[in-house]
Amino acid sequence: MAQININGQTFPAKADQTVLDVCEQNGIEIPTLCHIKELMPSGACRMCVVEVEGAQNLVPSCSYPATDGMVIKTHSDRALQARKTIIELLQTNHPDDCLYCVRSGSCDLQELSQDYGVRQRRFANNSPEQHLDVSSPALERDPAKCILCGKCVRVCEEVMGVSAIDFAGRGSNATVSTPFNVGLNVSSCISCGQCISVCPTGALRESSSLKPVTNALKDPEKTVVVQHAPAVSVSLAEEFGLKPGLDVNGLLVAALRRLGFKYVFDTSFSADLTIMEEASELVHRVQNNGALPMFTSCSPGWIKYMEQSHPDMLDHLSSCKSPQQMMGALIKNVFAESYSLNPKDIYSVSVMPCTAKKFEAQRPEMGDGTGPDIDSVLTTRELARLIRAHGIAFDKLKPEVADTPFGERSGAGKIFGSSGGVIEAALRTAHYLITGTELNDPNLKMLRGSEGIREAVVDVQGLPVGVAVVSGVKHAEQLIQEVRDGRKDLHFIEVMTCPGGCINGGGQPLHHDPVRVKARAAALYKIDEGAPVRVSHANPEIQELYAEYLGEPLGEKSHHLLHTHYSARETQF
Amino acid sequence: MEHLIIPDLDPILKRYPDPNREHLIPLLQDVQEEQGYLSKESIGVISRHLEVSPAKIYGVATFYNQFRFSPLGRYHIMVCRGTACHVKGSANVLAAICSGLKIQPGETTRDGLFSLEVVACIGACGLAPLISVNGEYHAGVTPAKIKRILNSYRKREEIHANG
Ligand code: SF4
Ligand code: SF4
Ligand code: SF4
Ligand code: FES
Ligand code: FES
Repeated sequence: MAQININGQTFPAKADQTVLDVCEQNGIEIPTLCHIKELMPSGACRMCVVEVEGAQNLVPSCSYPATDGMVIKTHSDRALQARKTIIELLQTNHPDDCLYCVRSGSCDLQELSQDYGVRQRRFANNSPEQHLDVSSPALERDPAKCILCGKCVRVCEEVMGVSAIDFAGRGSNATVSTPFNVGLNVSSCISCGQCISVCPTGALRESSSLKPVTNALKDPEKTVVVQHAPAVSVSLAEEFGLKPGLDVNGLLVAALRRLGFKYVFDTSFSADLTIMEEASELVHRVQNNGALPMFTSCSPGWIKYMEQSHPDMLDHLSSCKSPQQMMGALIKNVFAESYSLNPKDIYSVSVMPCTAKKFEAQRPEMGDGTGPDIDSVLTTRELARLIRAHGIAFDKLKPEVADTPFGERSGAGKIFGSSGGVIEAALRTAHYLITGTELNDPNLKMLRGSEGIREAVVDVQGLPVGVAVVSGVKHAEQLIQEVRDGRKDLHFIEVMTCPGGCINGGGQPLHHDPVRVKARAAALYKIDEGAPVRVSHANPEIQELYAEYLGEPLGEKSHHLLHTHYSARETQF
Repeated sequence: MEHLIIPDLDPILKRYPDPNREHLIPLLQDVQEEQGYLSKESIGVISRHLEVSPAKIYGVATFYNQFRFSPLGRYHIMVCRGTACHVKGSANVLAAICSGLKIQPGETTRDGLFSLEVVACIGACGLAPLISVNGEYHAGVTPAKIKRILNSYRKREEIHANG
């Protein structure tokens, strides 16, 4: 194995490692701005430069291979000065806006300026005026704060396969832009928010719903109701400096009550409901020659992707609304009725790991004509801001439990937050619906994991059910083509827009870190394993809801409240 | 102003049958030559043909000064930014035109009357600073003169419109 010397110490280096890899492995921190761990280095920012003995120029460590005998200084005067100059140059075109900036405290540029002791503006800001794009219901683009690192462009293209944005112009006029600089709302952007997660500055951020939510909480006329998605309770801890993967469900409920939410429901409950409807729909399609394979429909970015890219295949999408929207419909109908509330006086909020949920909530079909079922969507990050703004010491709270009737969930409903979780939950119930018996082992481990496509054949009393899990919408393309070309062995395909599923959603705690995402997933599966009820159809509150209100899955009431339709969508691009 | 029908680019696309990225720039040049500019619709068509995202195509096209994204105005103004003109103050001339028309180089006014382009030395340095409007040269222009020049074309258009 190669040996390289860094700052006077010798370290082993594997064949395909870069200098940066070796440094990171050995606790030597080098700042980066344009580097994304899982992708090829782009070498655009040069923030990561180090001094290599014998080389005339500083080299970018993120792309420089570690070779035997190298002698490297990571923090020589020359390297430090070069980095400081880069920071000063980046600031040239940057507003002095930190006091008002949503990223203050979590901004790489700000942190680097501090670390490198940049204490004054060296060059006057003469960048042309740039327009904030607030056209999207999910995210805002603020080009004035963009340092052109290119991470968003690469994530959108290489990770998501969407390519809604790219570099435009040249030299001092370069920007990151949609084609013709049209608003994101008319572009091919699917609102996934993955670009926000990698942006080192405040140039990309969610469209904030904190104002309307705070106003509703202050309004005495409103009954403010909240639901929280399965992935939130295993991620929120990170916002408060607690361990990644820690389940803070009870604290989350307590915090929501302190904030003034009158009723706290668990979206995992409506995930159970989604499973009842979706598994029934699958069985119905199989028995009645419906369009197969059926694709899941709970991920709104994926839905938009299908509507704009494959409108001819929309009949393959399950007609089930997502858990957020099922809960939304239940709250403004069933809950309103049983508590004798006028739906107009209910303000329904959801806390989601996802920016695309903001887009979903404002789709015109997601309401009964008098108003939307979900009034506002907060991301996990926004909720953390709200908690901090209200002076709630999160880790000092005492755990509380959710409200009835929509607060109890099965383990199946909880794993909805991870890639593979929806299909695992659905198969547990589909097996029961078809055979009347439970799966021998509810753990369908072959469907778990992080690969882009995972396939399996599940034996349901002699009937081979072909299933696939797509983690990251980009990978769906391959299966769609195969289905188009006549592939017939697949019955059911789960697609989650974000790689890894909701636990890695675009509304989650920042900093794109695969280790954290793994911890969040592990937490969900652990909760499932310890859950007293692990299948949706055995959730007593679900059984009650069908017995007292809905009748049966796919029945008339379900059809009206819990199902939806899709239509081809013209984007300008 | 923009036509919303899908432009018929088939004859041009036929020249580049295989979806190869290397054809992008020649293809864009041909389309601009044929249509005068690159419309949103054209970029959409090219994107599907070459299987390159519209964002990427727009990015490539904006990298080069030669491409326009709006149709030419009825009066197309070219401002020389060659060295001689620069020395004689062409930057101020350009600024005066931009603010007078509220457009940037490469753009067209909303009423479709004027479009603006910046060019390298026109080859008449003795007359610097120089602009040309539909091929008519105006020599020794200043920001003050720009106002009059623009107004004279506006008037010409009115007379034309009134018959
Ligand atoms: S993006 Fe960062 S440096 Fe810029 S204003 Fe916001 S916090 Fe400050
Ligand atoms: S939200 Fe997703 S689709 Fe939209 S620009 Fe960002 S990465 Fe691309
Ligand atoms: S928007 Fe953010 S991620 Fe994209 S190039 Fe600018 S600074 Fe980088
Ligand atoms: S992080 Fe290495 S060049 Fe940007
Ligand atoms: S520099 Fe303007 S005509 Fe030569």
